[in-house]
Amino acid sequence: MAGLDIELAGIKMKNPVMVASGTFGYGEEASKFVDLDKLGAIVTKTITLQAREGNPPPRIVETSSGMLNSIGLQNKGVKDFIENRIPFLSKFKTPLIANIAGDSAKDYAELAKILNKEPLIKGLEINISCPNVTKGGMFFCFDPNATEELVRTIRKATSLPLIVKLSPNVTDISLIAKKAEDAGADAVSLINTLMGMAIDIETRKSKLGTPTGGLSGPAIKPIAVRMVWQVAQVVKIPIIGVGGIMTGEDAIEFFLAGASAVQVGTANFVDTQAPIRIVGEIKDYLGENNINNYKELIGNIEM
Amino acid sequence: MSIQENCRILDHQEVAPQHFKLVVASKYISSHAQPGQFVNVRCSTGYDPLLRRAFSIHRTAKEHERFELLYQVVGKGTRSLSQYCVGAELDILGPLGQGFALEKKDIAILVGGGMGVAPLLALAETLKQTTKAIYVLIGAKDKARVLAEKEFNAITDQVLVSTDNGSYGKKGFISDILLNVIENTLDPSYLPLATIYACGPNPMLKAIADIAFQKKIPCQVSMEQCMACGIGTCLGCVVKTRTGYQKVCDDGPVFKSEEIVWQD
Repeated sequence: MAGLDIELAGIKMKNPVMVASGTFGYGEEASKFVDLDKLGAIVTKTITLQAREGNPPPRIVETSSGMLNSIGLQNKGVKDFIENRIPFLSKFKTPLIANIAGDSAKDYAELAKILNKEPLIKGLEINISCPNVTKGGMFFCFDPNATEELVRTIRKATSLPLIVKLSPNVTDISLIAKKAEDAGADAVSLINTLMGMAIDIETRKSKLGTPTGGLSGPAIKPIAVRMVWQVAQVVKIPIIGVGGIMTGEDAIEFFLAGASAVQVGTANFVDTQAPIRIVGEIKDYLGENNINNYKELIGNIEM
Repeated sequence: MSIQENCRILDHQEVAPQHFKLVVASKYISSHAQPGQFVNVRCSTGYDPLLRRAFSIHRTAKEHERFELLYQVVGKGTRSLSQYCVGAELDILGPLGQGFALEKKDIAILVGGGMGVAPLLALAETLKQTTKAIYVLIGAKDKARVLAEKEFNAITDQVLVSTDNGSYGKKGFISDILLNVIENTLDPSYLPLATIYACGPNPMLKAIADIAFQKKIPCQVSMEQCMACGIGTCLGCVVKTRTGYQKVCDDGPVFKSEEIVWQD
């Protein structure tokens, strides 16, 4: 039996395939199609202190082998999450990772403190990279020192494992990753969406309700693999690879580039079975290549 | 409940220029779908088009374990779908969303503009069992694009058509026909017994909603928005309502017309 289990940043997972924030809600809708207990981990839709209305529609537009979104962190706030979402999720054994965002370091610390008290939450993913809100973390991800200070602040507020989700919309992502590590992050996940734009040539307006959106899907995978590989050269903490993973082959590319686990995002919209299928495809690859444990693949790119 | 399953194509015909009727086999979807619900269909096996496309269920035949979609080729996804042959399989997620609330009223007025007639056939077939009078108002660009008229004629004698260019039926907007039915055809004492069900482009729906409001007739509208997941997780397909943004895929696609905050 191929080894797929991993303890990542102190979070025990039965396989390295997680679902990415914003593509799986809080699990309830998707649970009608997917056995949540077969997932490596669930990363929730971003949670903020107060409810957020989100951005004006249209919020989605398909592009070549990808999609732009501009949801704008619509969510009902942390209180609603704890009262109305956690009870459903408590029926499952899969580790739950709460993705959080705020307007200030204080917001993030407050959220971390509140969620620290929830036994079901096994880790926090810090969203400092949503491209669709003027406030809500984007500022932090551009500035290495601001990232470092933010992560230090959150680190003091919680004992939960911290995963910092990095933006690709920066000059040198490895610099930000290193600062996150120095500040006490237990892992980094990358990449968030790439800032993009699509224009309707009839109306001459953006195809989204906001001028720009975040690009995801297979179109961004080569960039994500490259960035994972770059970050793997400079950090010792585990890396979670995200960006256009549709198949087991895609996931294995990320492992070879240096990722210890992956998150499946846009693929959930295309195929509700994607994460489960990807786990199966990774198993098949390991079997066909006589590899006992997928960890042998991590960072094992031949140069 | 809804499921994701591979459904075999039983028939696929071009019924009007760039408009297709697709018949697929599914025991589950045909027996569980309610009028106004939709399916999310993967229109290619590759990554471009990537996302599924949402289609209203046009008609179900539970006894034959099949259902029909009626769609127009408008872009990459529908173009790809139109090339699928009989016998091929399609990956379909459904039935999805909240369909029409079936009012136990004596009079139902169904208003469809363009592709908006798609969900109304399933609705008319269900309503005919309980409703005394069904009016079907079909608006189209021109004669060639008047959809499903024959099928509606089999259900009710009251099928009225308008076209933008007057090539068939009355020239003008379908909302004008609706106003005429309400003001001149129906006995005023019947109005409290009527419900309007509408689907079509937003400006049409807004016009219908305004009439419904003025005439105090309850009105349900089936809304459209670009979708990703179709199951309520991504929050991509929202429309503005009086209680904030609501999801077309999950809270809708059918809403009470007075809930919608109409955008120009």
